[in-house]
Amino acid sequence: MSSQDIPEENLPAERAADEHAHGAVSVADEKHPFADPGLPPHEHRIQDIDERAAKRSERTVALLFTLSMLATVGFIASFVAIPADRIVYIFPLGHISGLNFALGMTLGLALFCIGAGAVHWARTLMSDEEIADERHAIAAEPEVKAQVLADFKQGAKESALGRRKLIRNTMFGALTLFPLSGIVLLRDLGPLPEDKLRHTRWSRGKLLVNVNTDEPLRPSDVAVGSLTFAKPEGLEEHDHDFQTEIAKAALLIVRLQPENIKDKRELEWSHEGIVAYSKICTHVGCPISLYEQQTHHVLCPCHQSTFDLADGARVIFGPAGHALPQLRIGVNDEGYLQALGDFDEPVGPAFWERG
Amino acid sequence: MSTTTTPNPSGAGAPGRSREKAPAGEKVADWADGRLGIYSLAKANMRKIFPDHWSFMLGEICLYSFLIIILTGVYLTLFFHPSMNEIEYHGSYVPLQGQLMSEAFASTMDISFDVRGGLLIRQIHHWAAIVFLAGMFVHMMRVFFTGAFRKPREINWLFGFLLFVLGMFTGFTGYSLPDDLLSGTGVRFTQGAILATPVVGTYISMFLFGGEFPGGDFVSRFYSIHILLLPGIMLGLVVGHLILVFYHKHTQFAGPGKTNKNVVGMPLLPVYMAKAGGFFFLVFGFIAMLAAVASINPIWVLGPYRPDQVSTGAQPDWYMGFAEGLIRAMPGWEINAWGHTLVLGVFIPLMLFGLFLGIIAMYPFIESWVTGDKREHHILDRPRNAPTRTAFGVAWVTAYMIMLIGGGNDIVATHFHLSINSVTWFVRVGFFVGPVIAFVVTKRICLGLQRRDKDKVLHGRESGIIKRLPHGEFVEVHEPLSQEALHTLTAHDQYQPAEIGPTVDENGVERKVKRPQKLRAKLSEAYFGEDNQIPKPTAEEYKEITSGHGHH
Amino acid sequence: MKKLSARRRHPLAAVVVLLLALAATGGLYTAFAPADKAQAETVAQSLAIDEGKKLYAVGCASCHGTGGEGSTDGPALAGVGAAAVDFQVGTGRMPAQQPGAQVPKKKVIYSQAQIDQLAAFVASLGAGPGVPAKEQYNPEGADIAEGGELFRTNCAQCHNFTGKGGALTNGKSAPTLEDVDPKHIYEAMQTGPQNMPSFPDTTLTEKNKKDIIAYLDVVNSDDSESPGGLELGGLGPVSEGLFGWIFGLGGLIAVAVWVAARTAKAKKS
Repeated sequence: MSSQDIPEENLPAERAADEHAHGAVSVADEKHPFADPGLPPHEHRIQDIDERAAKRSERTVALLFTLSMLATVGFIASFVAIPADRIVYIFPLGHISGLNFALGMTLGLALFCIGAGAVHWARTLMSDEEIADERHAIAAEPEVKAQVLADFKQGAKESALGRRKLIRNTMFGALTLFPLSGIVLLRDLGPLPEDKLRHTRWSRGKLLVNVNTDEPLRPSDVAVGSLTFAKPEGLEEHDHDFQTEIAKAALLIVRLQPENIKDKRELEWSHEGIVAYSKICTHVGCPISLYEQQTHHVLCPCHQSTFDLADGARVIFGPAGHALPQLRIGVNDEGYLQALGDFDEPVGPAFWERG
Repeated sequence: MSTTTTPNPSGAGAPGRSREKAPAGEKVADWADGRLGIYSLAKANMRKIFPDHWSFMLGEICLYSFLIIILTGVYLTLFFHPSMNEIEYHGSYVPLQGQLMSEAFASTMDISFDVRGGLLIRQIHHWAAIVFLAGMFVHMMRVFFTGAFRKPREINWLFGFLLFVLGMFTGFTGYSLPDDLLSGTGVRFTQGAILATPVVGTYISMFLFGGEFPGGDFVSRFYSIHILLLPGIMLGLVVGHLILVFYHKHTQFAGPGKTNKNVVGMPLLPVYMAKAGGFFFLVFGFIAMLAAVASINPIWVLGPYRPDQVSTGAQPDWYMGFAEGLIRAMPGWEINAWGHTLVLGVFIPLMLFGLFLGIIAMYPFIESWVTGDKREHHILDRPRNAPTRTAFGVAWVTAYMIMLIGGGNDIVATHFHLSINSVTWFVRVGFFVGPVIAFVVTKRICLGLQRRDKDKVLHGRESGIIKRLPHGEFVEVHEPLSQEALHTLTAHDQYQPAEIGPTVDENGVERKVKRPQKLRAKLSEAYFGEDNQIPKPTAEEYKEITSGHGHH
Repeated sequence: MKKLSARRRHPLAAVVVLLLALAATGGLYTAFAPADKAQAETVAQSLAIDEGKKLYAVGCASCHGTGGEGSTDGPALAGVGAAAVDFQVGTGRMPAQQPGAQVPKKKVIYSQAQIDQLAAFVASLGAGPGVPAKEQYNPEGADIAEGGELFRTNCAQCHNFTGKGGALTNGKSAPTLEDVDPKHIYEAMQTGPQNMPSFPDTTLTEKNKKDIIAYLDVVNSDDSESPGGLELGGLGPVSEGLFGWIFGLGGLIAVAVWVAARTAKAKKS
């Protein structure tokens, strides 16, 4: 990093100990009690001195390789013989796919035995004498460095890049500008945000449709302590934009005793204690729906933001930054629950332009 | 090849007749050498020495799982349809028949149920990814705690770090491809986090998703990122990483005959060819068996993604768990001013995530700045001999682990019968307090171990034999250490704190000390000051004790 | 899993199962009793209420009040219906042992006949959902795929994808649905025990509930299939990550130790 601006004299002292550890073997003496005794002498393995042991090792390796071959045959046989939907019970794994188990075990065995054979071969039969290899400094010798610098200067001079400033500057200009084309090309990856995040499918008069039954809801359908999820009338699962629309319009409906509602606006926007909140968490957008009917808290399973539905869905725990948006609801002439407009604030995660 | 039948006019000096007699393999090698220069290459590398230590194989685990991921990944692309068109499922898994789902999800279902062996390859791919990331983490910690990142390996440290970070994002994009309910929730989180970015967040989100979330584009875009862009970069980095490992030659632990100027071990051919090559098969076989016995990401029970559905226990794969923990533990701060919203509750964790990883990436440069050491280091430190570094590393890992707990706070809460709110508070406090405690404790332990090493060198090993002296005193007999052990235990470098070195005194007093230098001196004191390392035994101390009044 | 096997080993398990089966048969008989015996039924009913009242006075009144009016320790019971009693007492949650974040599932201490009597008494306090009949919760012939989607919409947020349970606020939790009697699942949806919201027929029709039960029967029972192998608790990436670290990386490190270890020397020993 910035160690260049630190004067040399401030550097810590080099290791004070005597440099006995350099290179070749040295013998401990009065002055150097901790001297490096050098590489210990090589000791033989059983396989090195006993041919029978070596033969045993050879047979083990060959056995492993043979096992591998058998396992591969087993793999092919399993592939052909076991139907893909066969479920078998294997303790303690449970009711699992016979094919997956057989293929995995045979493939695993085939590969593992090759590896085990090779390693056993290396460990018992190949020479295990340790060899020391010299290291060489990575940095170049001063002469080499001088040569390179001289070459570079020569090249730079011949290019006249330093002298012909016009060429240099225009070249840098051209090189800096051309990547802009690439950036411009990325423009059509998506539309501009505009006010897309501010609107949902909800509008005045849209009925609240139960997602489970696809029927519009009446106030009597929503009991105290129950939990209902709703979507706007006219939004069908087969619509091409269903996913994108439901990602904003999903609704969470509960009924509270009106006297339990602490927030004045919440009470005004409710109908007989029925409140409708956005199901999309204001933190990062998980569908928030872990409703505790006794505490009236709703918890997000992703990051544990907790909102109090009896108090304007204000945040009481966790990383969410603001309350869940409430949808103003009422009842239409036929007695069905309807929205009295869109959400009056953007649903879902907060963003820079949200305000 | 024509060389076998017609005399080769370009034969490099060798007479045609003797070439005729050479074995076929040699002829092929000659042919290649004339074009690629393989003999010079092999001369330098064929008998390259690698030291034996299990912890040096952690990187191999990563390399091999990476190769396995590429192999299995190519297979999966043959069957996977990266499309978000909604279709009705009519495959063989009954509990989803007739359900609407994206083609991406449906094709993943087909891979799992209708392509023979598809499930196995999918599971190998995913398990290998889990192991790959875990392996990189442990490999990185091995390099950190042994100081293997020091000169000349700082750049390779950064390569490795980049691989870890890219691996996280490659894993994340891959996890999102099946478009299942769990990964979709993760993508939703990503989109929410992007929205939290000040000024440009909404634009990036619109561009990445081709409009509003989820739109119909992200699977195909993540697909090209997951199978092409990121793995391509990673492959380049892996190759660079390996070339540098070869070029620098491997580090080794201190020991008899092992110096900073050599590397002691076994040659690449044949021992490491067999061991490393064999290890590839061992890793592949092991992971295949893992995939045979343990289910991973069973998307059929997760179901297809719908933005209004969710399941509890919504977590990312482990390597994103740290980020998940930061997000979960953060209080919901949000600033609204001048018509704009600053979503600190999401943005701060995002920044912390980068910062926290960045610290460990930058550490080698910080340490070399503090020590001012410009020498090459090929002998590894035992963690105890670098107490401050070790303590810092343990503190970092502690914070990381606490946030991993935070990322799984709901699972922790249900399985240990705790309140999720208490777990979250524990994580919030623990993130700051835990590393401090870990730092202090680790440093004490390291210093204690250093003292023990010093005792062992000076007084020998406790033999457990009690002897009664003529005047009635009981003593334990200490066996002197072997020369090998004496050398190994005293082979480490010990720095002096920056400002009390002998050369500084003369000139340093009058010079005006700048702020970074003061900081450096302070850090240096914290690293190498009196109470921060135990001076290793000197020859004089040793002689005094061994020749003087004997053992006591 | 652990709990399950522990319970299975219990010597009284067979007896409990037998009792439950007998009781269920009894309950079924009551449910299917022919209509022309209405008179006798009313008599039997008032008899059951009387018996239930006695049981109630002993086991429940201290928290729920002598007339079911509720107290600080327990909610009022008027209008909760027989289904709620059958669920709470039938799963051992009631009578509660000690105050806490929520009342856990315990060993059932009443016989089904006694539970029915208690239910009859509580039902007499105010109209509420009755105990469902067998054909209401019998999963046969239900739409499993539809049940899956309904489960993910309405239940998975608390109970997890396959009903393994999950955390709620302040120490509360949604229990696992493993080995829960279909009747009790139905009753839970119907009545919303403790902090669980209810899903009355207007929200989740009778058929919807049946579909959900059928789905659970497929994905969360003793012989549910897990084609990929070990289910790892069905908890998702947390348990997968833990398994990958401990057995995946752990196993590979063990292999690496073997690969790198020195082979035994001839001289040693």
